[in-house]
Amino acid sequence: MSATTTAPKSGSTALPAFRPSMKVPLSLGILALIALVFFGFLGPDKTAEMKISDAGDAVAVPALMIPGQVGGIVLGILLLAMAAYSIYLWTQGERSPKWLPIAFAVVFVFALLVWIVAGARQPSISLAGLVAGSVTLAVPLVFGSLSGVLCERVGVVNIAIEGQLLGGAFTAALVATMTGSPYIGLIAAAAAGAAVSMVLAVFSIKYLVNQIIVGVVLNVLVSGLTGFLYGTLMVPNKEQFNTPGRLDILPIPLLSDIPIIGPILFEQSIAGYLMYIAVAVVWFGLFKTRWGLRVRAVGEHPQAADTLGINVNATRFWNVTLGGAIAGIGGAVFTLVTIDSFTKDISGGRGFIALAALIFGRWNPIGAFLASLLFGFAYNLQSILGIIGTPVPSQFMAMLPYLVTIFAVAGLVGKSRPPAASGIPYVKG
Amino acid sequence: MTTKDESGKDQKPEESTSEVRAADVALDTAGGTLEPSIVPVSSQSGDPGHKQGSLMRRIVMGNGFVSVLAVIVALFLGGLLIASTDAQVAKTAGYLFARPTDFLSALWTAMTESYVALFQGAVFNPREGFKPLLETMTVATPLICAGLGVALAFRAGLFNIGAQGQIIISATLAAYVGFAWHLPFGLHLLVVIIMGVLGGALWGAIVGILKARTGAHEVIVTIMLNYVALFLLDFLLNTAAFRRPGDNSPISPRLDESATYPVLIPGSRLHVGFLVAIALTYGVWWLLNRSTIGFEFRAVGANPVAARTAGVKVSRATILVMAMAGALAAFGGVAQVAGTEKVLTGGVAAQIGFDAITVALLGRSTPWGTFFAGLLFGAFRAGAVQMQIQTGTPIDIVLVVQSLIVLFIAAPPLIRSIFRLEPKKKNKNKTPKAAPKAALANATGGAK
Repeated sequence: MSATTTAPKSGSTALPAFRPSMKVPLSLGILALIALVFFGFLGPDKTAEMKISDAGDAVAVPALMIPGQVGGIVLGILLLAMAAYSIYLWTQGERSPKWLPIAFAVVFVFALLVWIVAGARQPSISLAGLVAGSVTLAVPLVFGSLSGVLCERVGVVNIAIEGQLLGGAFTAALVATMTGSPYIGLIAAAAAGAAVSMVLAVFSIKYLVNQIIVGVVLNVLVSGLTGFLYGTLMVPNKEQFNTPGRLDILPIPLLSDIPIIGPILFEQSIAGYLMYIAVAVVWFGLFKTRWGLRVRAVGEHPQAADTLGINVNATRFWNVTLGGAIAGIGGAVFTLVTIDSFTKDISGGRGFIALAALIFGRWNPIGAFLASLLFGFAYNLQSILGIIGTPVPSQFMAMLPYLVTIFAVAGLVGKSRPPAASGIPYVKG
Repeated sequence: MTTKDESGKDQKPEESTSEVRAADVALDTAGGTLEPSIVPVSSQSGDPGHKQGSLMRRIVMGNGFVSVLAVIVALFLGGLLIASTDAQVAKTAGYLFARPTDFLSALWTAMTESYVALFQGAVFNPREGFKPLLETMTVATPLICAGLGVALAFRAGLFNIGAQGQIIISATLAAYVGFAWHLPFGLHLLVVIIMGVLGGALWGAIVGILKARTGAHEVIVTIMLNYVALFLLDFLLNTAAFRRPGDNSPISPRLDESATYPVLIPGSRLHVGFLVAIALTYGVWWLLNRSTIGFEFRAVGANPVAARTAGVKVSRATILVMAMAGALAAFGGVAQVAGTEKVLTGGVAAQIGFDAITVALLGRSTPWGTFFAGLLFGAFRAGAVQMQIQTGTPIDIVLVVQSLIVLFIAAPPLIRSIFRLEPKKKNKNKTPKAAPKAALANATGGAK
């Protein structure tokens, strides 16, 4: 691609006619330097212990022992090398390949982890527990951000993810208690999420109300409704309305015994497995099927889609509804997996993190999934920091997903562009 | 659930309003290329919109009337929700057909009881007279300030969801100056206000700068900054500089007497901040309707492309309007710490920043509309406390009513179709296709 667009490289004075943005190489370079200086040269001199397998596991893997300062310097140099490669590609007029920022992020997070753990009072953590906890915390985020992907790809901004999660969580608890089956609760949660989404769809598609307004107001409405019903129904009659029980953990034999990835991938509740399936299905559906092509056409250029005979508003309506159902399942995770009862505003702003994950993941299901994992990791790290006692205040860890998202939308970390017609209602004619 | 049923029910009489909609949307989106405006078209120009028809019809069709209807419908639906969980209503519903009057009276009691308690807590009760009204005004003060900030941004076409963060930052700065510095009387309060407002303006300006320079969507940035501010406050309240000496709970020392707004009426919490809110309302009205810069803001809000063509510096206006919105919200934060609460806690902003959005929407983004909407929602907030104590109805019902009001107001066709208030077919000769062009011409013409 770049060969045709770059000028001859003979003279250094002749600038190429086309140059990709230097934001990526530049920000990678700055981050690598920060890592080298703070995690390496100024790093703690204690040794960080990272346990890979637990004592009871069938396969015992020795713990990783990483000396804080040396480890920081080595990882910092590795990061610098990646940044240098990116800058080299930039001087050649080429874009950095997609894997580079992701690999950079992984190494950077690892360096951060070594720095934090080695600086802690008790420099030892269980890597398996850390990752497994992150995935658990990420499950609702993944469902929420998938809902956002489905809505935004079809041209409807979904600020109401928070409301969909909360509606799903409440309905799951209520229905699961009343029917005695968490599985029926799970289905009811999907229906509740879809119902919230339908309000969004009707108001934004039929009444052409600004989609952001509807989203914001829906969050308030669902918070009020569930809070009201929680106060009037669930608090006085907990037995009758708010003891849903949990979804069973269904380990897959043999596979779940693999160290680290075993418990993460193959020892989940049905909601956990559904998450992996949903990511794969949404990705395949959006990018490999006729349905997905239509959805993306409606989100990018509704007029053109309409000309080709696609019913723009119907496509939008059903996609938004489907998104809501997915987010509703995510909400059920709060009350059927994480803990087994509903409390007021149990989603606690996780819907907005899902929104952030969707943007950081560049409106792509896989990207949203990875971003959700990263944010789940940040969440988990925040609670672990409190336990092992580090100099880094946990509030800054909590801030991280939001700051990262601001940088992402400001184009400092790559370029994230929403679907062209997102947020704009379609009026035929 | 109620809203879904409601919206589902009212889909049929839609055809008759399609002309109105087509015109509205054309102006809103410039023929489908821009995002729809947040502000209703009619309040952008100050033009009542429906000039034809009888006086009665004009009053009935006006935005104000639709707003009143929206409030009534929302209160009614909220009442139904309260009644649906009422034990007496459930009992009488069991023999509904045998004695329907029992059911109806139980329904009426359940619906009105809570609202009567709310009214007594917010406006007037026999015991205290109009004293609750003073509390309503106190609670309304930050809502009005923050609502003005949101409304001003709306008028410039920007969606400021960040009032919450702006309030937190300003309250933090104002409180710190209030308890850590010890300045002479008069000067101290002034410094508190200035620091708070600067903080809020800066927090808002970040959004404007990012939007103007990089195109980052202000909705995302403001949402994220709200959380950053929240965690920043949480962090600061756990540092020695902000905590009370010898106290481990995250609460700041009391602000100096010289750093707080004087109380207006002894025996109440009503403070000078309310007068500041009135002055700000007038100021925003003057800015929007009488000043050049306000005209530029509105031009950018109506159609940024046309505004740029007409020579308005759009990016400058974006930064300026977000800084001003932040400063207005900051007055709310200052009112909280220097007037109502007098200490800084993690919950200093409560839900004010989010309520401010609904306040601005209910006020149709006009300054005085926002003022009265702020008073109304202040009354809800103040009264809800009393309601919960007296009748046990959870405060959350206020959230339901507020959000329903805004949903109905945001979709005038919906409320019109509920009450069969269809506008007369005035544009019979004009095809819907011609309307967008005419409206677009209007919008561009207005910006020059």
